[in-house]
Amino acid sequence: MENTFHVPTVAELMAKGQTPDLLFWVGCAGSFDERAQRITKDICKILNHVGLNYAILGTEESCTGDPAKRAGNEFLFQMQAMMNIEILNGYEIKKIVTACPHCFNTLKNEYPELGGTFEVIHHTQLIQDLIDQGKLRPDDGHVFKGKKITYHDPCYLGRANEVYEAPRKVLESLDAQLSELKRCRSNGLCCGAGGAQMFKEPEPGNKDVNIERIEDVIESKAEIVAAACPFCMTMLSDGVKIKEKEQEIQVLDIAEITARANKL
Amino acid sequence: MISQLIFFILFAVAIVFFARNAKKIYRNIKLGRATQRTDNPGERFRIMAMVALGQQKMFKKPLAAILHVFVYVGFCIINIEMLEIVIDGLFGTHRVLSVMGSFYDFLIYAFEWLALAVLVSCVIFFIRRNVLHIYRFGGRELLKWPRTDANIILITEILLMAAFLTMNAADGKLQQLGADGYHTAGAFPVSQYLVGLLPDNINGLVMVERFCWWFHIIGVLLFLNYLPLSKHLHIILAFPNTYFSNLTPKGKLNNIESVTAEVKAMLDPSLPPPSGEVTRFGVKDVQDLTWKNLLDAYTCTECGRCTASCPANITGKLLSPRKIMMDTRDRVTEVGKQIDQKGSFEDDGKSLLDTYITREEIWACISCNACVEQCPVNINPLEIIIGLRQYAVMEESQAPSSINGMFSNLENNGAPWKYAQADRANWANQ
Repeated sequence: MENTFHVPTVAELMAKGQTPDLLFWVGCAGSFDERAQRITKDICKILNHVGLNYAILGTEESCTGDPAKRAGNEFLFQMQAMMNIEILNGYEIKKIVTACPHCFNTLKNEYPELGGTFEVIHHTQLIQDLIDQGKLRPDDGHVFKGKKITYHDPCYLGRANEVYEAPRKVLESLDAQLSELKRCRSNGLCCGAGGAQMFKEPEPGNKDVNIERIEDVIESKAEIVAAACPFCMTMLSDGVKIKEKEQEIQVLDIAEITARANKL
Repeated sequence: MISQLIFFILFAVAIVFFARNAKKIYRNIKLGRATQRTDNPGERFRIMAMVALGQQKMFKKPLAAILHVFVYVGFCIINIEMLEIVIDGLFGTHRVLSVMGSFYDFLIYAFEWLALAVLVSCVIFFIRRNVLHIYRFGGRELLKWPRTDANIILITEILLMAAFLTMNAADGKLQQLGADGYHTAGAFPVSQYLVGLLPDNINGLVMVERFCWWFHIIGVLLFLNYLPLSKHLHIILAFPNTYFSNLTPKGKLNNIESVTAEVKAMLDPSLPPPSGEVTRFGVKDVQDLTWKNLLDAYTCTECGRCTASCPANITGKLLSPRKIMMDTRDRVTEVGKQIDQKGSFEDDGKSLLDTYITREEIWACISCNACVEQCPVNINPLEIIIGLRQYAVMEESQAPSSINGMFSNLENNGAPWKYAQADRANWANQ
């Protein structure tokens, strides 16, 4: 897919003597993972569509350090954090939207003690806010009308930060048939990728966590399972593939659903 | 007079023993490192009122919650009865609180129903634990002593309630017979049905009544002293443990300040390197945990809600958050015993990591906070797991090789995968 608009970097804006109102923190998955890149682009489409003065850090962005911290490498985490904070403070960034709940959690909760205090929101919160403001409105006759949609709570958005409503509100705006998974909200089951598990093989067991989770999705009879995290996206998509349900179940990020519903 | 003396001695000995064991547990908890958990007392009291007093999180499982409320309310209220027993025991009176008149009758009436509710609930708990195959009552950490411990608690409660009701039945019958010393007091809506099982002569009835009275009070005093050895300690520690809850979002892991000082010095060579004593990074043994982690361990009642919600556990991995807490308690108890014997702790060649908790367990954690969310008394097994990982990584460089690979990618490319930082924004131009 080709971008019909330019995604500005903070450095570019600064060169023009401008500063962004909102920094879009893309995250490593959103930058490098092909599937997650599509979500990143949809978030940019939304930001562009509503005319927000936003920018990305581009090549100046670096991992927040979340996987290092969860894997016990506090040194590496703090190195990453302090380098990022220096850049963010240097650009006088005040407000950040993230595409990934792990970046969201780390920037929001773990950076302040290291000198980086920002207003941090997740993209589902931004989208909900834009819907509330009337800036985003599902197009008449959009593809999700009447579709059976369920939502998988990412641990780092849900339990970790108690953001349960924003993604649901976004889905409620669609006029679709919404259902909950049997393990949802604070009782939601992890996709299996958190705590640096994304980067290693699981310990011996009798099942992979994403299979356990995709069985919940299959049981819900949903045609679309909405995700809000690039790692959940990978794990759920793999689960759908392994269960050979690609024809029946689509895994889509809340941002992708919003972009499509608004025909962006 | 002799019975009063015996009662006094038993009562005093029980209290002294309990105080001694409670002091040891307090000392063991204080072996942990400092952590700030006293800010915002208003919010802390609110959490304690909701979670401990109000049993809020128990209701994630409604059936168990309702049965537990019966036992909990029954236990708390029947303790008013204990007050009477203690006064009667010390002063040789009989049903001294009956001076309250009809209110006393109401109390005894309520106690009887509660006692029945406790008894029935405990029987159901016993069946759930031993007959039905409920996931959280299984698991390799719940064999042997922990299983026995749970059953001892349930059987004791069943026996205590049975003794209480039998005592009331005998007392009621003695009142009807106009026996000397048994004035009319109380109402016996439940125990009246037991009267038929009792002897008809006054001597026999007095024996039954006295036996049950002594059985009840000795049972309670023994139970009090059993608490410090048992998972049942939660009935006391649930309150401080919820008061000292973590008030920050669950996703936030603590900052290690000693690392901050070193990282700052690394990034800015003009800063002086951190001085002062070098502390251990992460957790190898219980002394490296915070006192709150240790309080958590003593508070755990091994209900297994954490384990039953743990994605790693339910997919067959070795990790069980409940076992993390039980291992921590076992280890701190062992360290405490050594301090009792030798006056101070010396390296005994054991440690929480490896002797109790294996590497396979800690690396199976997904840090999803399900265990933290489920715990009805706000225990946090995740903090301990992360602490153990920190020791493995920062002190020993012992991480799974793929994790080491992720670390080096992060160090070199600023991303956990092998992509160049310069390519980070390529998506925007594709």
